[in-house]
Amino acid sequence: MLSFLLRRIVLGVAVLWAITTVVFIMFFVAPTHVAQTIAGRQATPETVALVSHRLGLDRPILTQYLHYLWRLLHGDLGYSYYNSTPVTTLIGQRVSVTFSLAVGAAVLWLLIGVGSGVVSAVRPRTLADRAVTVSALFFYSMPVFLLGLVLLYFLFYRLTLAGVDLFPGSGYVPLTQDPVSWAQHLALPWLSLALVTAATYTRLTRGAMLDVLGEDYIRTARSKGMRERRVTYRHALRSALTPTVTQLGIDLGTVLGGAIITENVFGLPGLGALAVQSVVQQDQPVIIGTVILASAFIVGASIVVDIVYAVLDPRVRAH
Amino acid sequence: MNSLPVEIVEGGAEPLEPPDAIEGRSPWQLAWARLRRDRLALACLIVIALIVIVALAAPLVAWLTGHGPNEEFQTTGLTPDGLPRPPSRAFLFGTDDLGRDVLVRVVYGARISLLSGVLASSVAVALGVVVGLVGGYFGGLVDTLLARLMDVVLSFPFLLFAIALVSITGPGLWVSIFVIAFFSWASVGRVVRGQTLSLREREYVEAARSLGAGDLRIMFVDILPNLVAQVIVYLTLLIPSAVVFEATLSFLGLGVVPPAATWGNMLSESLGYYRVAWWFVLFPGAALLITTLAFNLLGDSVRDAFDPRGDRLFRR
Repeated sequence: MLSFLLRRIVLGVAVLWAITTVVFIMFFVAPTHVAQTIAGRQATPETVALVSHRLGLDRPILTQYLHYLWRLLHGDLGYSYYNSTPVTTLIGQRVSVTFSLAVGAAVLWLLIGVGSGVVSAVRPRTLADRAVTVSALFFYSMPVFLLGLVLLYFLFYRLTLAGVDLFPGSGYVPLTQDPVSWAQHLALPWLSLALVTAATYTRLTRGAMLDVLGEDYIRTARSKGMRERRVTYRHALRSALTPTVTQLGIDLGTVLGGAIITENVFGLPGLGALAVQSVVQQDQPVIIGTVILASAFIVGASIVVDIVYAVLDPRVRAH
Repeated sequence: MNSLPVEIVEGGAEPLEPPDAIEGRSPWQLAWARLRRDRLALACLIVIALIVIVALAAPLVAWLTGHGPNEEFQTTGLTPDGLPRPPSRAFLFGTDDLGRDVLVRVVYGARISLLSGVLASSVAVALGVVVGLVGGYFGGLVDTLLARLMDVVLSFPFLLFAIALVSITGPGLWVSIFVIAFFSWASVGRVVRGQTLSLREREYVEAARSLGAGDLRIMFVDILPNLVAQVIVYLTLLIPSAVVFEATLSFLGLGVVPPAATWGNMLSESLGYYRVAWWFVLFPGAALLITTLAFNLLGDSVRDAFDPRGDRLFRR
């Protein structure tokens, strides 16, 4: 187990290293005019040279690369070009927004996805099953921003017009400041992210449940007179959830790095919004910081998934 | 073969040839026969064909309405307050915030969506097939390197990375297509690699090798045809996700450069107007949703046609 863990972590670190290198090449070797951008359009060549020297951009590429890696290893992501704030501070201000969005949405999509998957697997080919599969495919085909717009129109605009001021259209209120307002502001983002993502879980759960329900041990459980409810939830669902664990790891890892579109539609100041804003402003240290953080979340999530898997299924460890 | 015994048989009571009913059919014929019986799949095919026709006929639509896709009708297309006008006889789908014809723009948007969707997924599938075949067939160090490469690509926060890349290159249709293809091939590569690993141990591969076939021939002539069914399923399912990917990039202002119309940038522009102009959201949104739904349903049916036992989301 320990060697499996170590191997997995070493591999994860290697993947992260590869990603950071690609990012470095993209931003530092590619012919962009960083110094010129910072110094401003009217800057004299001397000013540009000075800025370039301050940023260390006039040093050999290999030196720059090692310097960049060294700083990264110390958790130093540099300073924003625009307001000279450390990138780690900027990210720190946004993490709680994205974290609130991701965790709430994940709870919701698990409930919706697994719940509807079980319902349709327990009664295959009934009306309920069909309704579930049709709506799953519908939401699976739905782009998040489109669903966001639809929800905004009906649950924010029309509802507010009708005098029910339940869901604000945009903005964020910290949980510590006002829990109710926090939930209200996040309700629509949660719902749009969850509905679109849940479709995959419905599909996974339904397929796995149908497979498991045909197994011998389920027949055994039934034939010893166990209640159908207990058979479904205690026996079948437990082993049918394995593919869901993997999917949850992947999705949560991705969303934690910034739910870019959802944050954009609902005006949430999260990591995704920070990334888009920094791209628009060409604020490279911030772009690099967000990309690396997001990759770290994905790689970290996949390591956690593999460990959970290895705990659940001893055969994986030998592989 | 001599012809003598046959003549004797023909002179006899019944020919010994098997009746037509159990004539061997290739997997292709079987799949096509199943697909043809699938009414839902046919409906999707028709919808997709219609979208393609509409996209091709976009200039015709512009000519019929007399409205260019980027033409701004300051007086007829906007209310005195400068707001979009609702659907009318002159503007069947209404107008947008600049007084442009939403119908014409939706029709032109179909071109971008289809072009990027089909092209990006074709490139992704081709790349995935080649990498997967090479890795799975040669094994060893090559395979390890390629498998790790796919791991890295799959670990990228692709949307974020796409955004970062676009910030360097500047937005555009070809950049979008490249980005979509780059982040889609690895999943295909993984599947193809897995299949190739088991296919290369088959007897017919050994037979081909003993007959002196080269590696390239074995990979592309002997192994690849056995993967075609899966590759086609992947292609049909990749197209809708590529369409959504392109729309997403355009929505974030990082895809095709305005004023060129895409469904994504129309929806992005409508974000400020959805309260007053529902048509501005509805028509590009519906076009996008219908396209992705049709391709997803078709992909599901194609998978079902090639492998009837497989899991299927949508059952009739």
